[in-house]
Amino acid sequence: MTDVSTTSAVTQKLRFYQKGTFTVGNRLVSERERSVQASIDRSNALTCGHRACQGCGEALGARYAIDAAMRATGGKLIAVNATGCLEVFTTPYPETSWQVAWVHSLFGNAAAVATGVAAAMRVKGRGDVRAIAQGGDGGTTDIGFGCLSGMFERNDDVLYICYDNEAYMNTGVQRSSATPPAARTATTPAIGSEPGNVFGTGKSVPKIAMAHGIPYVATASVADLHDLERKVTKAMGIRGARYIHVHVPCPLGWGSAAHDTIRLARLAVESGLFPVFEAEHGHLTASRKIRRKVPVTEYLQPQKRFAHLFSSEHGPQQVAKLQAVADRNIVEFHLLDQEGDV
Amino acid sequence: MDHPFAITLDTGTSLANHTGSWRTSRPVYVDRLPPCNHACPAGENIQAWLSHAEAGEYEAAWRVLTQDNPMPAVMGRVCYHPCETACNRAQIDEAVGINSVERFLGDEAIKQGWKFSPLETESGKRVLVVGAGPSGLSAAYHLRRLGHEVEIFEAGPLAGGMMRFGIPKYRLPRDVLDAEIARILDLGVTLNLNVKVVNILETMIMRGFHAAFLAVGAHIAKRAYIPAGEAAKILDAIAVLRSMEGEAKPLLGRRVVVYGGGNTALDVARTAKRLGATDAIIVYRRTRDRMPAHDFELEEALEEGVMMKWLSTIKRMDDGVITVEKMVLDATGFPQPTGEFETLEADSLVLALGQDVDLSLLNGVPELNIKDGVVQVGANLMTGYPGIFAGGDMVPAERTVTVAVGHGKKAARHIDAWLRGGAYEPAPRHEIAAFDQLNAWYYADAPKTVRPMLEMARRRATFEEVTQGLDETNALYEARRCLSCGNCFECDNCYGVCPDNAVIKLGPGNRFKFDYDFCKGCGVCAQECPCGAIMMVPEAI
Repeated sequence: MTDVSTTSAVTQKLRFYQKGTFTVGNRLVSERERSVQASIDRSNALTCGHRACQGCGEALGARYAIDAAMRATGGKLIAVNATGCLEVFTTPYPETSWQVAWVHSLFGNAAAVATGVAAAMRVKGRGDVRAIAQGGDGGTTDIGFGCLSGMFERNDDVLYICYDNEAYMNTGVQRSSATPPAARTATTPAIGSEPGNVFGTGKSVPKIAMAHGIPYVATASVADLHDLERKVTKAMGIRGARYIHVHVPCPLGWGSAAHDTIRLARLAVESGLFPVFEAEHGHLTASRKIRRKVPVTEYLQPQKRFAHLFSSEHGPQQVAKLQAVADRNIVEFHLLDQEGDV
Repeated sequence: MDHPFAITLDTGTSLANHTGSWRTSRPVYVDRLPPCNHACPAGENIQAWLSHAEAGEYEAAWRVLTQDNPMPAVMGRVCYHPCETACNRAQIDEAVGINSVERFLGDEAIKQGWKFSPLETESGKRVLVVGAGPSGLSAAYHLRRLGHEVEIFEAGPLAGGMMRFGIPKYRLPRDVLDAEIARILDLGVTLNLNVKVVNILETMIMRGFHAAFLAVGAHIAKRAYIPAGEAAKILDAIAVLRSMEGEAKPLLGRRVVVYGGGNTALDVARTAKRLGATDAIIVYRRTRDRMPAHDFELEEALEEGVMMKWLSTIKRMDDGVITVEKMVLDATGFPQPTGEFETLEADSLVLALGQDVDLSLLNGVPELNIKDGVVQVGANLMTGYPGIFAGGDMVPAERTVTVAVGHGKKAARHIDAWLRGGAYEPAPRHEIAAFDQLNAWYYADAPKTVRPMLEMARRRATFEEVTQGLDETNALYEARRCLSCGNCFECDNCYGVCPDNAVIKLGPGNRFKFDYDFCKGCGVCAQECPCGAIMMVPEAI
């Protein structure tokens, strides 16, 4: 069996520390080598009192990412937020749980507003203040997609972070273009001969971002904090358009137990359904290897949105198709150390 | 707030929203009993000393270890490590090499000359310990640290008991044993050698002892009736092993047969090999899987050329020839004779059939309960006679050094309480940390470090130590393989994975606490805790 597999230099360094390699912190290494989240004085950019559901993956992903960006920029950061769960649960008037300069405008224009923020900072001679745009998969892959592509194509100095929970959760779990095939949502009921979401051609925004040839594109998961923090830190060290796509389970929309949020994110990665990789200037440069490969069923079974796969007559066929998706990812993104090594 | 309406909000405003009210179950930090600690007959807090060792704090580790067991260098060699058998890590790859780390710490202490810290107050009470074996030495150590004046009366010429007169040098070098005994005596324990206590009550009264701990061991060899010719040489295992400590080594001849299936039989056969025997054959009436000896010791003996004759009993010995009868196991696993005989050539026959206790010192003590040749004791290790306690091989228990050391500690605590007019109440035990309470994902793959072995030619011909120790690098590596089952090791996982920022980090050594004002009770912390130190408890609604 292959060992630690992330591309993270820090994680590599921690290999010797058998019980601190994958955990958030490690008392045996210096503060500097520990994760941002392990620090007693992390900025907690997204603090307590927010109204996200129990076990919200997006709340977690956003704090991971923005805290890392805050450390990377010394707190000189402005975050622009698309409409969506993240905006709604963090900022119900007159409260906010953000502890970072934060702007919300519309559902579809986060990338454009962030472009404006970056431009404004530049003309004010405050180019040291950096801009981040963030949104859910709806605001990114559907509604804000035009603005996002524009920001990429102009190579604006913005890091765009998409927290992908695979549907419009805030408004009642409607399908987005990031919803996986076969998943049941309010708009893709589990009925008929092809229950749940259709097996379409798919829409990988990370790959679309790569096609723009921008300096940095990465995917990440709340299940691998070290990898996520390293990617955000790396992105903040680059000027120009950058894109990070973070997989964040949603207990409400996925019909999973609140305590399973990180476990499901991990199973998505370990099954190959959510490939974790990074690319520079349009080229794949690294991928996070699968550590303990699991069949897709291990990931699908704990989620009610996939329950029909395990009860309807069409289930086995659909599971096989989802396994094929994972298998293709494994080959395309080189997710196993040696192909075929299980 | 003098901002324009609905345009700007102050940071920290969400703190007014106490989301803790959503909770239906709450996480609580718990400490569970690690299986290694649970399995240790000496009651060591293994996980705690490993935790120091993995931070490179070896002296601190040794000090925690020796709170329970004063002889880690001996333990790290002769203990059969039930801790490793119980270790949860075995379900990930292999058990943590606890025994080898213990030996490293013990050897390091000898090398660095670490001493036990001096005690603070004298109780004014005098306690007699009879027998300077592992149990007696352990009791003396603990009683002394509890402030009592301790005198050991030992019938033999040297301290150590079976550690010296039963365990061969190639398993336990005598300089190691001497160093650990000397350190106990340095605490101010008086050792009287060559003094056999013949009447315990008389000795206690004459010498003014307030209590006594008896640990005389079991070294009367059990005999079996074997018809023998005039010239037949039949010895007992204990006498053979004991004479190895003297000037005159036992004369066993070139062909040695050992009768028995315990660790002592193996020790004698391996000793015979080293003394120059060409053949050392163990005759045992049952099969390998039913042998009481530990399999790894059998394996080592076989490697050294010891031969085994299974399913056989010895019927008689004549000059140079032993007659054995083949046996078969019946349905209950008991050996039954077959009437088939064969012969083995042998210069000597050594009987290793177990040992009995010499209980003569208890003559005249009223209210004693002796059954199956051993002294019956209560849960507090006190015999039927108030103030006389007993432990080690002379009470009903498994006969190992580690069990004996554990008895010494336990008896010392009860004697101390008894002397102070009370009763010792052990702290309530936590529930055991089971493997399925851990989240094994967080532990990196790390195979066990194998201790080097002495080369075979020297194992067959010399009494040099067979199993070698770890050096600092691999001892550190091995200590860091510990999973810390059931007890927080401050990995920051709960602090990191809480979506509600409702875990408060209290800083090094102080662990964490939950902020129940904001904790929504999602349970991610409990699920992602590597070591099972968080439990979800339903809220009273």
